[in-house]
Amino acid sequence: MAQPVATSGATSGAPRVATRRGTELFMLVCSAFIVTFALVLVELAQEQTVTRELFYYGFAFLALYGAAHFGVRRWAPYADPLILPLVSLINGMGLVMLHRLDLAPVVGAPFTGKQIIFTTAGVVLFILVLVLVKDHRTLAQYGYTCGFVGLALLALPGLLPSSISEANGAKLWINLGFLSIQPGEFAKILLLVFFASFLVSKRELFTTAGKRFLGVDWPRPRDLMPVIVAWFLSIGIVVLEKDLGTSLLFFGIVLVMIYIATERAVWVFLGMAMFGLGCVVAFNLFAHVQARVNTWLDPLAEGAQNDQLRTGLFGMANGGIGGSGLGSGMPNLTSWAVSDFIISAIGEEIGLVGLMALLMVYLLLMMRGLRSALAVRDSFGKLFAGGLSFTIALQLFVVAGGVTGLIPMTGLTAPFLAAGGSSMLANYVLVALLLRISDAARRPQAPAKPKPKQAPIAEAHTELVERPR
Amino acid sequence: MNKPLRRVALAMMVMVVLLMGNATYVQVIQADELREHPLNKRTMYEEFARERGQIIAGGQSLASSVPNNHDRYKYLRTYPNGPLYAPVTGFYSFFYGSNGIERAQDKILNGTDDSMAFDRLSDMITGKAPRGGSVELTINPAMQQVAYDQLTSKGFQGSVVALNPSTGEILSMVNAPSYDPNPLAAVDNNAVAEQWNKLNNDPHQPMANRAVSEIYPPGSTFKLITAAAALESGYTPSSKVQDAPFITLPNSRTPLPNYGGKQCAGNTLTDALAHSCNTAFAEIAGKLGVDKMRQTAAAFGFGQDLQIPMTVAKSDLGAMSDAASLYQSGIGQRDVRVTPMQNAMMAAAIANGGKLMKPQLVKATRAPDMAELDTFRPEEMNQAVSPEIAQMIRDMMIQSEKNTKGEGKISGVEIASKTGTAQHGDVKDQPHGWYVAFAPAEHPTIAVAVIVENGGDEGAEATGGSIAAPIGRAVIRAGLQGGG
Repeated sequence: MAQPVATSGATSGAPRVATRRGTELFMLVCSAFIVTFALVLVELAQEQTVTRELFYYGFAFLALYGAAHFGVRRWAPYADPLILPLVSLINGMGLVMLHRLDLAPVVGAPFTGKQIIFTTAGVVLFILVLVLVKDHRTLAQYGYTCGFVGLALLALPGLLPSSISEANGAKLWINLGFLSIQPGEFAKILLLVFFASFLVSKRELFTTAGKRFLGVDWPRPRDLMPVIVAWFLSIGIVVLEKDLGTSLLFFGIVLVMIYIATERAVWVFLGMAMFGLGCVVAFNLFAHVQARVNTWLDPLAEGAQNDQLRTGLFGMANGGIGGSGLGSGMPNLTSWAVSDFIISAIGEEIGLVGLMALLMVYLLLMMRGLRSALAVRDSFGKLFAGGLSFTIALQLFVVAGGVTGLIPMTGLTAPFLAAGGSSMLANYVLVALLLRISDAARRPQAPAKPKPKQAPIAEAHTELVERPR
Repeated sequence: MNKPLRRVALAMMVMVVLLMGNATYVQVIQADELREHPLNKRTMYEEFARERGQIIAGGQSLASSVPNNHDRYKYLRTYPNGPLYAPVTGFYSFFYGSNGIERAQDKILNGTDDSMAFDRLSDMITGKAPRGGSVELTINPAMQQVAYDQLTSKGFQGSVVALNPSTGEILSMVNAPSYDPNPLAAVDNNAVAEQWNKLNNDPHQPMANRAVSEIYPPGSTFKLITAAAALESGYTPSSKVQDAPFITLPNSRTPLPNYGGKQCAGNTLTDALAHSCNTAFAEIAGKLGVDKMRQTAAAFGFGQDLQIPMTVAKSDLGAMSDAASLYQSGIGQRDVRVTPMQNAMMAAAIANGGKLMKPQLVKATRAPDMAELDTFRPEEMNQAVSPEIAQMIRDMMIQSEKNTKGEGKISGVEIASKTGTAQHGDVKDQPHGWYVAFAPAEHPTIAVAVIVENGGDEGAEATGGSIAAPIGRAVIRAGLQGGG
C-alpha cells in the first residue's frame, strides 16, 4: 500500500492520519447485531420464544468487544480497523453455535458458559498484550528465550505421564483437574517469535547459494539446519504426542517463514519433500496415522472409526446450499460438533452459503494480517506478521479441510470458533500481536529531518577535482 | 520480503478456495448420495419429526401420526385397527424401515412427492411445518372386518382377497394370523427389537403377507384355467370328457384318482367342473399340451410383474417337463403355485367377461389440505378369454357352487364359484382349502379368493367347500349388504 503518511508527514510536519477507530466501532456494532440476530434465530427455532434476555446478551457481547476496542483505541490507535470486528464475528458465531448445541439433547456438558469465560479471558489477555508489548520489535530481543520456553511447553505433555496429558488418543494436554491446558497452543506463538528473530538475523546465510542443479540454486547442506530441526520437531510431536495437526502446523509455519525470509521457493520444495517423506514414514510406523488416512479415503464405509467424519458429512449434506436454518438442523448428531466438527455443524445449519461467508470472514482476517506484514517497515515485523497470518490460515485449512474430507483428519481447532480454552487465549494473543504490528505499520513516522538542500545538478558549480598523482 | 509475502497471500487464497470448492462438492454434488446413505440417521429423524399423512379407507383412518413429546420422534405412528389392516398398511419403524402402503406410498405420506412441490413451497412461505399427504384406499372396511373375523374366530391360518371385478379395486386383503404394527412404530428401541424378534421367530409367520407374497398349490381352483384353455381349443361345455374313477399317469404306473376314488357324476365338461373330476381335467391338460396351458395361465396373470402398489409374487406353473407332470398340473397339483391375489384375479377376470383388470389398492392420493392429487383409474391388464368363454365358465361355476357344501349360502344371490382342496408336501394329510367365487353371477360386483391353510379346524377331513366356502360367502354377503 501507498503510505500517504510518509509524504504528508514530510511536508506538514504535524501528521494527521485517519485512525479509523470509528469504523472499527461501527463494524463491531454490526458484528454484535449479526450475532444477536443469529441468537434470536436459534431461540425461535429451539424454544419458539424470544425473550428480552437475548438482547442483554447482545449488549454484553458488544460491551466486551467495546472494551477491546477501547484497548485498541488507547494502546494501538493506528491498528487495522477490520481485524477486531472480524474476530468478534467469528467468536460470536462460535458462541451462538455452542449455545445451540447446548440446547440440543445428548451432546454432553454445557459448553457455552465455559466458552464465554474463555472469550472474556481472551479479550483481557488481548488488552494486556497491547499494554505490555509497546513495540513488537522488543520481542525480537527475546527470540532465544521464547524459543526455549516454547520448545519446553511443546514437549511437556509428551514427556508427562499419560494420565494427566492424554485425551482422545493425543498427548497434548496438561490436565490440572479443574483446568486442562494445551501448552502447544501457546508454544506456537513463542516459537513464531523465535523463528522470526532467528531468521531475520541469519537470513543472509540462507540466501547463499550452493550448487546449481536442475535449474535451481540449492542451499548449502549446512544451511539446512533450521529446516531439519523443524522437521525433527514435527516428527517428535507425532511420535510423542500423536498429534498430527500440530505437527503439520509447525512444519508449515516454519517452512513459510523461511520462504518469506529468504525469498527462495526452493526451501518450500525441499520442505514439502521432507514432509512427504515424514508422512510416508509416519504412515508405515503408526496405526493411528493409517486409521486417519483410511477414514479419509472412504469416509462412508461402515465402522465406528469413520463415525466422526461420516456424521459431519451427513450434517453438511443435510444443510445443503441454504442450510437447515439456525436451530433447525441436527448438528447434535455430528460427533465432536462443539470442537473439531463445529465447521460441519455450521455448514449444516447455515448451509453452503453460510459456510462460504464464514470462510470469507477468515480469509479477510488473514488478508488484513498480511497487509500489515506488507506495510510494516522492519523485517522482523514483516516476517512475524506473515507467520501469524499464515498460522490462522493453516489452522483453518487443516481443521476445515479435515472435517470436510479434503485432507485426512487431524486434530486442530478452528480459531475463535470451536470450544477450547487454550486455543481461544492463544489466538487472542496472536491477534493482539497482529494488531500491534499493524499499528506500527500504519502509524505515521516521525517527520524525517529535512535534508540539506541540494542544488539541481544543472545549476551546480563545476568543482575542481584534484588530479590524482 | 514483500514478494514472498504476496505469494503467501495468494497461497492462502488458494487454500480457502480449495475449502470452498470441497464444501461445494460435499453440500451440493455429493449431498443427495449422502442424504440417502443407509447409515444416515438424519434423514430418518427428519421423517419422524414430520407429520406423516394418513392412510384412509371408507372414511376410516387406518394409520395416522399423533403428536408425541419425544424430542426426536415428534409424531408417533398409530394404527387404530392394527392387525386387521396390517397386510394393507404395513408397518413404519425407525429401526426396521417400513413395508406395505407405508413403504409403497412413502413419498406421498412423507410429503416429498413431486406432486406436492407446491404445497411444500406454500408451507415454507407461511412458516407451517411440512406435512405429508394422505392415501385413500379401495378397501371396503365391512368386508375386511368380516373376512378377518371369519379367519380368526376359528383360529385359521390363511388369507382372503376380494376384488371389484370391473375395476380391479381391492376390496379386502386379509391375513391370519396377523400382527400389530403399533409396537414396531414405538420409540423405545429395545422394546421394538424385542417385538420384531418375536414376530420373526413366530412359527406361524404373522408378518408374511400371505395374500400377495406367499405362493400355494391351487388345487382344483386351477381347473378353471384348464377349462378356459379347453374351451379356447374347441371344447364346449357339453363336450364328452373322461369320467373314470382313476387313470394312470402316462409312462408310469402311478394312478391319478378322483376325489374319494369315485366315478365322475356326469361325462360333460360342465359336469367335470361341477364335480371337480380330476381324471377329466388331467386328460384335457395332457391333450392341450404344455404351451397352451402356459399361454392361458399367462393370460390370467401368471408370471407377470405386478405392483398393487406392493409387489405381488409371481404365480407359476412349474417345469411340466413330462406328460405325467402336465397331467398333474392340469388339476393344480405338482409344481403349480399361486398367490391368493392371483386366484382372486382369475375369478375377477371370468366375472368381468374375460377382461382382467389390474388390481389396485390406492383409490386417491391427497395433499395435506385433502385436495386430490391423483385418482384411481381402472386399468385393463389383459383380455384373458373371450366374453363368450367367460360366460361358459361362469355357468359351469354356478353348477359348481350348487354342488359345494358348506354354510353361508345367501338367499336371492346366485354365486359362481370353484373350490379347491390342495394336498401339499408340508403337512401331507392336511390340505389347504380354497374357494374362489364371484357374485351376483349375472352382474358380478365382488370376486373373492379364500385360502385356509392345513385343513383349518377339520384336518384331513377338510375340503375347500367345508372350510373356505363359508368364509368366501360371508365376505360376499358383507360386500353386497354392508355397502361398498
